[in-house]
Amino acid sequence: MKYSGIWILAEQDGGRVQRISYELLTRGRELAEKRNTDLTAMIFGHDINADDLQELIDCGADRVVAMEASELEHFLVEPYSACMLRIIEEYRPEIIIAGATSTGRTLMPYVAIKAHAGLTADCTVLDIEADTGNLLQTRPAIGGNILATIKTPSHRPQMATVRPRSTKPAAKQPGRSGEIIRLEATADLLTSRVRRVGFEASEESHSLQDADVVVAVGRGIKKSENIPLMQELADALDAALGASRDVIDRGWMSYPHQIGLSGKTVTPKFYLGAGVSGSIQHLAGMQTAETIVAINTDPDAQIFNVADFGIVGDLFEIVPVLTEKIRQVKGNG
Amino acid sequence: MRIIVPIKQVPETNAVRMDEETGTMIREGVEAIINPLDLYAIEIAIRMRDEHGGEVVVISMGPPKAVKALREAIAMGCDSAVLISDKAFAGADTWATSYVLAGAIKRIGGYDLIICGERATDGDTGQVGPGIASFLELPVASYIGKVDSVAEKSCRVHRLVETGYEVLEVDLPAVLTVVKEIADPRLPTLRGKQKARKMDIPTWAGGDLKVEPDKLGLNGSPTRVVKIHKPTVARNCQKVAAADEQAVEQAVDQLVAFLQGKDLM
Ligand SMILES: Cc1cc2nc3c(=O)[nH]c(=O)nc-3n(C[C@H](O)[C@H](O)[C@H](O)COP(=O)(O)OP(=O)(O)OC[C@H]3O[C@@H](n4cnc5c(N)ncnc54)[C@H](O)[C@@H]3O)c2cc1C
Ligand SMILES: Cc1cc2nc3c(=O)[nH]c(=O)nc-3n(C[C@H](O)[C@H](O)[C@H](O)COP(=O)(O)OP(=O)(O)OC[C@H]3O[C@@H](n4cnc5c(N)ncnc54)[C@H](O)[C@@H]3O)c2cc1C
Repeated sequence: MKYSGIWILAEQDGGRVQRISYELLTRGRELAEKRNTDLTAMIFGHDINADDLQELIDCGADRVVAMEASELEHFLVEPYSACMLRIIEEYRPEIIIAGATSTGRTLMPYVAIKAHAGLTADCTVLDIEADTGNLLQTRPAIGGNILATIKTPSHRPQMATVRPRSTKPAAKQPGRSGEIIRLEATADLLTSRVRRVGFEASEESHSLQDADVVVAVGRGIKKSENIPLMQELADALDAALGASRDVIDRGWMSYPHQIGLSGKTVTPKFYLGAGVSGSIQHLAGMQTAETIVAINTDPDAQIFNVADFGIVGDLFEIVPVLTEKIRQVKGNG
Repeated sequence: MRIIVPIKQVPETNAVRMDEETGTMIREGVEAIINPLDLYAIEIAIRMRDEHGGEVVVISMGPPKAVKALREAIAMGCDSAVLISDKAFAGADTWATSYVLAGAIKRIGGYDLIICGERATDGDTGQVGPGIASFLELPVASYIGKVDSVAEKSCRVHRLVETGYEVLEVDLPAVLTVVKEIADPRLPTLRGKQKARKMDIPTWAGGDLKVEPDKLGLNGSPTRVVKIHKPTVARNCQKVAAADEQAVEQAVDQLVAFLQGKDLM
């Protein structure tokens, strides 16, 4: 049997389908159109919300294959990989894409070894050769200094993980229909030598990636005592506060705030960076923002190359005035 | 307990310069260092050994000069090292890299834990740790930020995920991949450096491992890098200067008007 069809790994948390699943549908749909084949979402979990499964179809999947068992409630590498391998055996997908999440980045390499598949990490661009079905996977490497395009010419399936937030989630399209298949997760697939015995939630981690507006602090802020200046601007704009790595490394803000290659990718409507130079690694995490504004004393700062609007000047003079002005405008609005 | 730490020698990426024409890395003058996260893996391994007894074995697959990274690890306090080096390994992707490392780990044998960095700064895939686990049929716990306790047959760890920390109990033997918060790496000591200089570090080639020749290096790698290019970034920036108080006022007004024009306020 030959390998065919585009597959994505949808993720759930507490039975609810997660945003990354819809981002992968956007990617998968493009590839499926080009290759003239169908798109299937696989999902593992326990008591997965039925409306959410239907929504995967409404948003672009032609088919959903769900495997459910209490052992699959949370990600555990052994049962999840056994289930994915079961799917590979049964359906022979030509391509499997997953999010470059803590789940995807653990599960996919574990499976790729056993399936003798090529796996490309953290892709930002995916394309396909319509005739051969070869996936063209582009990803940053060597500290973001280069982009590499990678192919897997003679192994199937082809596997890739995709950076979260590197594309928009697929929207519902009226009138779509598709099949929801429940594949039995037999007991032999469910043994695990890892047990999840607890969970400690952290509050701040999600807000930055979900925000429509992001204000980023760079080393130009000079010391931690000056952070409140930027916090006030962020509050006035109703924005989440992020930072460059130099700010994080100095301990002025905590790691969940880091934007960039080794931090979070953000795709807000509006990003404003002050005292951020715009290193290639920082840009890797924010250049897909719709509108970018930069404030920097150095007229040649790299960040201006990706900005739509820039103010060349001292942030300590500009930011307070800007904050005040925004408050006024919003107050009147 | 026996802990094996695979470490990778990488170019000091902060200093990486690119050849604009070819899009390749200029390697001259760039120092080769231990992958930064691997220092954290070494540190937690040494601490576990000091608490529970046993030994830490470091291994690295790479060219002969990677022996320098192994000596540094010995200087930090690891007990022994093996270099895994063969021309046939060149061009390995993560599948073929994990295959050879798993082969070397099998030859060492008797291990309780294998501790990797979560990712290396150059290839930057984070796939080798889970890959080794898969070849060895071991469980893997990735993104480990804390080791809570270690018992004879299992350990309890904190795994960093998007929404917080999972607390996991992992049967041994197992593979862990670690992130920075696990422990602050120590510096090599003078005595450690002396020991490292004298240490006899064996080199294992393909023939010393139970590996199939057609699964090595570029030939054994499913993936192929077909193109390397420089990221390009450009937008049309409307730039205004704000050198004095009045100019600041004006610039801010222009910015606010710009944002209102885009319906961003
Ligand atoms: C493998 C690797 C991964 C990395 N990952 C990341 C990552 O995820 N995220 C990240 O951000 N970085 C990352 N980096 C680091 C990156 O290379 C840069 O060092 C970092 O982004 C620089 O931060 P910065 O712009 O705040 O500081 P700088 O580069 O020091 O820039 C400070 C800027 O502030 C300006 N300035 C100074 N004073 C003022 C003032 N009064 N008013 C206005 N402007 C002022 C200066 O002109 C300058 O442009 C990574 C590096 C490597 C090698
Ligand atoms: C530009 C570029 C892009 C690439 N993209 C891909 C890709 O998408 N998919 C792919 O399969 N390969 C890819 N490769 C090949 C990959 O870099 C190599 O296989 C490399 O040997 C290991 O991968 P890594 O650097 O990503 O290590 P990671 O998986 O990030 O390393 C994680 C940990 O594994 C251990 N480790 C890794 N390598 C070694 C080693 N040689 N010796 C001992 N321990 C080690 C260390 O503990 C390390 O901290 C790429 C290479 C380049 C140059």
